[in-house]
Amino acid sequence: MNMLSAVQLIPGVNSSKKQMCFDWGPGEMLVCETSFNKKEKSETVPGCPVIYIIRKDVDVYSQILRKLFNESHGIFVGLQRIEEELTGKSRKAQLVRVSKNYRSVIRACMEEMHQVAIAAKDPACSRQFSSQVSILSAMELIWNLCEILFIEVAPAGPLLLHLLDWVRLHVCEVDNLLADVLGSENPRKHESFWKLVTILVLQGRLDEARQMLSKEADSSPTSAGMCRILGDLMRTMPVLSPGTTQTLTELELKWQHWHEECERHLQDGTFASSPHLESLCKIMLGDEAALLEQKELLNNWYHFLVTRLLYSHPTVKPIDLHFYAQSSLDLFLGGESSPEPLDNILMAAFEFDIHQVIKECSIALSNWWFVAHLTDLLDHCKLLQSHNLYFGSNMREFLLLEYASGLFAHHSLWQLGVDYFDYCPELGRVSLELHIERIPLSTEQKALKVLRICEQRQMTEQVRSICKILAMKAVRNNRLGSALSWSIRAKDAAFATLVSDRFLRDYCERGCFSDLDLIDNLGPAMMLSDRLTFLGKYREFHRLYGEKRFVDAASLLLSLMTSQIAPRSFWMTLLTDALPLLEQKQVIFSAEQTYELMRCLEDLTSGRPVHGEPDAQRLQDDDIETTKVEMLRLALARNLARAIIKEGSLEGS
Amino acid sequence: MEEIYAKFVSQKISKTRWRPVPAGSLQTADTFATGSWDNEENRVSLWSIGDFGNLDSDGGFEGDHQLLCDIKHHGDVMDLQFFDQERIVAASSTGSVTLFLHHPNNQTLSVGQQWTAAHYHTSPGSLSCRSAPCTGVVCSNPEIVTVGEDGRINLFRADHKEAVRTIDNADSSTLHAVTFLRTPEILTVNSIGQLKIWDFRQQGNEPSQILSLTGDRVPLHCVDRHPNQQHVVATGGQDGMLSIWDVRQGTMPVSLLKAHEAEMWEVHFHPSNPDHLFTCSEDGSLWHWDASTDAPEKSSLFHEGRSSIFLFHSISNQANVHQSVISSWLSTDPAKDRIEITSLLPNRTLSVNSLDVLGPCLVCGTDAEAIYVTRQLFS
Repeated sequence: MNMLSAVQLIPGVNSSKKQMCFDWGPGEMLVCETSFNKKEKSETVPGCPVIYIIRKDVDVYSQILRKLFNESHGIFVGLQRIEEELTGKSRKAQLVRVSKNYRSVIRACMEEMHQVAIAAKDPACSRQFSSQVSILSAMELIWNLCEILFIEVAPAGPLLLHLLDWVRLHVCEVDNLLADVLGSENPRKHESFWKLVTILVLQGRLDEARQMLSKEADSSPTSAGMCRILGDLMRTMPVLSPGTTQTLTELELKWQHWHEECERHLQDGTFASSPHLESLCKIMLGDEAALLEQKELLNNWYHFLVTRLLYSHPTVKPIDLHFYAQSSLDLFLGGESSPEPLDNILMAAFEFDIHQVIKECSIALSNWWFVAHLTDLLDHCKLLQSHNLYFGSNMREFLLLEYASGLFAHHSLWQLGVDYFDYCPELGRVSLELHIERIPLSTEQKALKVLRICEQRQMTEQVRSICKILAMKAVRNNRLGSALSWSIRAKDAAFATLVSDRFLRDYCERGCFSDLDLIDNLGPAMMLSDRLTFLGKYREFHRLYGEKRFVDAASLLLSLMTSQIAPRSFWMTLLTDALPLLEQKQVIFSAEQTYELMRCLEDLTSGRPVHGEPDAQRLQDDDIETTKVEMLRLALARNLARAIIKEGSLEGS
Repeated sequence: MEEIYAKFVSQKISKTRWRPVPAGSLQTADTFATGSWDNEENRVSLWSIGDFGNLDSDGGFEGDHQLLCDIKHHGDVMDLQFFDQERIVAASSTGSVTLFLHHPNNQTLSVGQQWTAAHYHTSPGSLSCRSAPCTGVVCSNPEIVTVGEDGRINLFRADHKEAVRTIDNADSSTLHAVTFLRTPEILTVNSIGQLKIWDFRQQGNEPSQILSLTGDRVPLHCVDRHPNQQHVVATGGQDGMLSIWDVRQGTMPVSLLKAHEAEMWEVHFHPSNPDHLFTCSEDGSLWHWDASTDAPEKSSLFHEGRSSIFLFHSISNQANVHQSVISSWLSTDPAKDRIEITSLLPNRTLSVNSLDVLGPCLVCGTDAEAIYVTRQLFS
């Protein structure tokens, strides 16, 4: 997109006094004052302790527009799921329906914004809402025209009917006026009576205009005749009715006859005595000068265009539209003013230049919502294939990415952004990966939602990282059970080992296990890391011991050491745990098992590094250690003796 | 015809609850409360549903629910319960529990009582505390029980400033939800697939019973008790499974029913028609489970065009179930093992976080910032 190089001032920042620094974020920019001073070193002035967050897409923060974003998100997702196989008419009907849904959401939003603008007490606030209303209204106007021209692709004939509907929908003050006039005691005497009739004719609402004329005819016998003639002309004007088999040529022929009849009446001076009726007749003849006289009632050039087409070229072909549009714009503005952005956008649409429409909209509108959704819809109509950007991927994806990034910058709309990224085949995935990691995980519930998003998309790296964050948090909060659960979920062996070590350390310190409900129910998750397996098995040993199943407990204890699952640093504790088993009345460890235990003890003591300078504490520690080893040796020797005797006597008997 | 009204409210809804109707009155539900989450400023709001009978010419916008009043809430609203007609208890992600008062005269909400730092973490090696989200709350006048990510259970009384009873380290993992089994017994579910029963008459910090899913340790997110048969309990898990438990026997669920594709956030038995059950999920769906056995032609009950599925994966020791007091949820007769499931929301998008049923009315709230209300559940 060509960006206009407009300078935006950040309120509150004075960069002429202080040097600023900034940093780009995905959707925001951070700006703060540096402690550097431009001219002299004045240490006395403390730096401003403020960091400005500058947001690109301000509309995202509007409470009312949030409804637009949320509701259109549903439509967007539905559109992406439209079966690709649907072809021809049914597909087109679907796309038109989607387009209408989008428009109705815009309208609903506009109405609410309008209500709020009226209700607002603060004039500045009210002004702001009103300007939003006019932006929304312009968006709907553009969208509707694009729908007629690009999605509906109306051919000559129906095209004009669609354009008429378009104008009627957007120049709607007439309905209030109509109610006002009809509601008055004597509608004919109402000051706006003729204004109303003229507007009705300009909009091609000839039935209603005729009814108004009949009121005039009823009350004024002098003009009754004229009114009836004009009313007949209105009634007989040939129009295309959608249901019939009438061909365009037939219509053109009939229309030509009708046109000539109107012209004859005008030339015969049928309406000469009533300037109002005469001017109406001129309008119905498509007289440009007469139309331009009603500039005020027409409001804008595109209304002028449609009225002009209605009364002079009712079977206009799409391809000729731009010619009439350009001349209408020129005639209407009459060189007095230059076209505004909206005029340029509509003109580009009449020229069937989709890319120009989107480009102009991107520049003129303050949000990405409009261009992103419109481009996506037009892309589904297969109108944008040829266009590739020289950066990133195609235009549809570029705009969707911009929009979704804006959503992700928002505190709570980030969930909507996910689906938009999903439907960007080229860069959506990486963008999602970058953004999702930046979501603050305030509660586990929120973390679960983020995790679900990542798991559904097989984003293993992000799943691991989120679980790790949560596990770390849990460790910091002294919630070892939670920490272990999270590392099991992430299949993070290293962290599971770390947490298991914490459990074992706590056990060594306190002599009892915490979080038994978790450790006793590890199940297959135990296999995640050796240390976790050890933790689970060691706890099992305690349970067996507690249940007085000494033989099972003993062989489990031994296997923990011989299979190298137990960390060496823990062997002494395990051997100490063996002590009471060795001291039991009956022999629990067999001779062979006792040999194994002895080997473990010797491995442990011989492998001890020789310490350099022993301090008092270490000496004392060593003392306890030596006593332990000696007690163990004694117990082992005694057990061995008993075991040999027992086994020998068993064999003998 | 079944009508569901949707309204977009510009805030992600975490909880929706009907205001209870006075006992014995013929009134139908007309007011509900919602709580929001993940907004920069969260709110507890009260809504009134207009008279759906009076359709105006514009196509029934009269039927929309209208905001009565709202009040700021510090932190995400993690759970919400009506304490009585005028009081609402809200659990916050900041660890506090707040009792809000509704003043119907001038339609305002105010803070009645607040227990700050009801849930907190203690850091190792330091005395400072960090707040922990309170994840669940349940009320039975005058008692309020809360559970949190810190694995703590608190028992409050509305008129007491301090907790009446606290069970520290009740659970090694996060407690996700709590409900009353029979006063003074409560049921909690946690993030390692366990269902624990606690009896406040017993001293000490041990549950009186632990039931658990075998093997996978799938986290349980919600729990509800059958309104008439207090031993029948339904829970919903992270894998979207619905489990039915009989807490009188066994330590495993009586049946596991394959349900949603993602986390089941809430499960509710219909309070007066408990053969009907409602569940909602992160996958954006809201389901109505109909286990009533006496409905031969049920399809006419519901709006056509919605799919009905039959599935029932029953596991377990059903031989043990006492035949005399069989609930339709514990049924063992294969011919009756049919539960009709109806999806209530037309097109699924973002997570349905919460639902509540009362009489013929249902309300649910979503992450797509919409509140759905229907008043003709059984039309």
